[in-house]
Amino acid sequence: MEPRDEAELAGIVADAAAAGRALCIKGGGTRQELGHPVEGASLSLRGVSGITLYEPGALTLVARAGTPLDEIEAALAAEGQRLPFEPMDHRLLFGTDGAPTIGGVVAANVSGPRRVQAGACRDSLIGVRFVDGSGAVLKNGGRVMKNVTGYDLVKLMAGSHGTLGVLTEVSFKLLPAPETAATLRIAGLGDAEAVAAMSAALGSPYDVTGAAHLPAGTGDGPLTLIRLEGFEKSIAYRSAALRDQLGRFGPVEIETDATEVAARWAGLRDARAVSGGAGDIWRISVKPGDGPAARAALGPETVSHFDWGGGLIWARVPEGQDVRAALAGIPGHATLVRASAATKARLGVFQPEAPPLARIAAGLRARFDPRGILNPGRMG
Amino acid sequence: MQMPDPDQSVLARKEAIVAGLGRILPADAVISDPAETRAYECDALTAYRCPPLAAVLPSTTEEVAAVLRFCHEQGVKVVPRGSGTSLAGGALPTADSIILGVARMNAVLETDYANRVIRVQTGRTNLSVTGAVEADDFFYAPDPSSQLACAIAGNIGMNSGGAHCLKYGVTTNNLLGVKLVTMQGEIVELGGAHLDAAGYDLLGVLCGSEGQLGVVTEATLRILRKPEGARPIMMGFDANEVAGACVSDIIKAGVLPVAIEFMDRPCIRACEAFAKAGYPDVEALLIVEVEGSEAEIEEQLAKIKEIALRHNPTELRESRSAEQSAAIWKGRKSAFGAMGQINDYMCLDGTIPVSQLPHVLRRIGEMSKEFGLDVANVFHAGDGNMHPLILFDANKPGDLERCEAFGAEILKLCVEVGGCLTGEHGVGVEKRDLMLAQYTPEDIEAQLRVKDVFDPKWLLNPAKVFPLETTETRRAA
Repeated sequence: MEPRDEAELAGIVADAAAAGRALCIKGGGTRQELGHPVEGASLSLRGVSGITLYEPGALTLVARAGTPLDEIEAALAAEGQRLPFEPMDHRLLFGTDGAPTIGGVVAANVSGPRRVQAGACRDSLIGVRFVDGSGAVLKNGGRVMKNVTGYDLVKLMAGSHGTLGVLTEVSFKLLPAPETAATLRIAGLGDAEAVAAMSAALGSPYDVTGAAHLPAGTGDGPLTLIRLEGFEKSIAYRSAALRDQLGRFGPVEIETDATEVAARWAGLRDARAVSGGAGDIWRISVKPGDGPAARAALGPETVSHFDWGGGLIWARVPEGQDVRAALAGIPGHATLVRASAATKARLGVFQPEAPPLARIAAGLRARFDPRGILNPGRMG
Repeated sequence: MQMPDPDQSVLARKEAIVAGLGRILPADAVISDPAETRAYECDALTAYRCPPLAAVLPSTTEEVAAVLRFCHEQGVKVVPRGSGTSLAGGALPTADSIILGVARMNAVLETDYANRVIRVQTGRTNLSVTGAVEADDFFYAPDPSSQLACAIAGNIGMNSGGAHCLKYGVTTNNLLGVKLVTMQGEIVELGGAHLDAAGYDLLGVLCGSEGQLGVVTEATLRILRKPEGARPIMMGFDANEVAGACVSDIIKAGVLPVAIEFMDRPCIRACEAFAKAGYPDVEALLIVEVEGSEAEIEEQLAKIKEIALRHNPTELRESRSAEQSAAIWKGRKSAFGAMGQINDYMCLDGTIPVSQLPHVLRRIGEMSKEFGLDVANVFHAGDGNMHPLILFDANKPGDLERCEAFGAEILKLCVEVGGCLTGEHGVGVEKRDLMLAQYTPEDIEAQLRVKDVFDPKWLLNPAKVFPLETTETRRAA
């Protein structure tokens, strides 16, 4: 099914609710592997597409959920702006093709390396329209960046994987795109030193917008990477100041070639270092200081890299390995991103929740989707 | 302000309820003497008052849990309270409720510079969070004007922001985790020191829920390294439209100031008369502040100046020193005090798309004549959060009512042009009955479902946020 607009979509959902028929919600189909497999009639948002409002002077964009991300990024680039949270492209990881949509980005709360400075997708999201599991068209938030009118269901919708409603329209606050960017590079650091270097950079006044570490085995050798963005003169000043500050960790090289810098961070954003090869792929979120211990706990056969200053670990482990068991005692959570359906069923995709929280989550699902027809089972 | 009738069965059991609380908490943590509960009869919205049944001041999360468990069993309503600085009546008690204040829980539990987080008890004031880390050149970014007094608990309840949110975001963007006590008395953790939480974003929906979903006793907050420096530039224009266009052009040029403040002529005159900061007598005044190293500040200010000059400013004053910066900010920072000197006033808090600024200011001017009440405007122009101040005379019969009616019209105008009823103060009781101007009954129903899940008996912070008629059946159940 491919409705042309929100009203038609609402009708389809209402009919499905009446019949108790499950729906599998789809944007560009590039991230269908996120979460557990869903059995249900395919509901494509491709027809619910288009930028409905773009005010560069107000740093605001509103788009229908099925709008391809490319289209949005092109429109923003034309005005020298961008989505602050640098959404990851999952095509490399899943080997999918198709065009990622903005609704898919929001449904999975997809963010990239700039999360450390600009926040996650949910932090830039300021409004949503969606159809709940009974077919009702609902809205929350709006198109202004400060809004405390009622409960913030905008955040609740981000990352809910379509299980509380089918997104039809999303609003964002934007940021100016920087004039230029640079990468500072330190070779040869161990995990603990790398996290210490990244912490020093992120704790400096130089407005770091990316801090990642590729350990040995993901390239030529260990490489610690820090990104700066802004006006050209400012980048020159901050690069030099930060190079001095990080000198104690080793020689610092500065990359300024725009294409190189962009390609490097796109690779980090899309988890290129772990995406190829056989094995399960996990995404682990911990306090940066716990990053080295977490990676060590995964065992020597793991291929992994750090983002978010050490707080995000992308890991490819031998098939079926229970990463959560290995990480027991380290606060945070682990998501099984790529694995066979059998492994996902056995280990669970998402971190199990404490009983009161699981009860709250189940309560919300029951109220927003009483017939259980929206991506049933996707979140377990 | 209509409030639901108090539950007579609860009022009748006052002694037993107070005795029950006394068994849970130390003697000095339960306040039930009518002379003493008067201190809790209102928050900073003093127009509405009602002494609570009792007030409790627990010292630990476990005590909070025990109080909530007891109240849940007894069917007693609970109004959580931080420092009581809400301007929307968010902590207004009802006669059949108890106030649960977190003021005694104000410790810093952990400071972690390597991971750039601080963990505090939520009774701690906003400014003292920065106070705990500023010697090491860190700060906590959300900066509501009440930051000297307001508590983190209330900041989380209201999702508070401030002048610097254009760059740093509001509370929800700087809150990583909480320890939450549910109305049933369960202690749960949401998020933590890691950057994203698992499962549904319950932390996101909790932030800004005005104390209706649970009581937050601990918070893990993101702290940031202070910039090397900051400096403002002030510019005056002949028309609001021109100042508005200048704001847009600055943003479009890729400069992201940390603050863009806008004042209109009535406000400028009042501030000047009060603070004598040397402000020019112009139609509209912008104060734009940028951050960074000295060279970066110079570069950004040069860009801003170049843009401003294209709009023919009647005044352009770039700060060259700390003294000049202080002088530029002095008038703006005294705006609310200055207006208070002239008259009683009501401070509104609507948000609009920045492009609608000239239109909205013009309409407010027209309405000001229709209602016969003066208005001064001062606001955060970067994010469209307006604070029209309506002047009235509290001693003149009918003036307050006229002022309230005018305020409601302004907020409806904000919604009409694509904005919202409240940008940072919250709905509370103040704007409760305007909610249907922004949301359909179905939109509100969706929000009530969330409340149903967290607080099935509807005991937490009663009669706030939603129009009473939309919650009637739930409250009666």
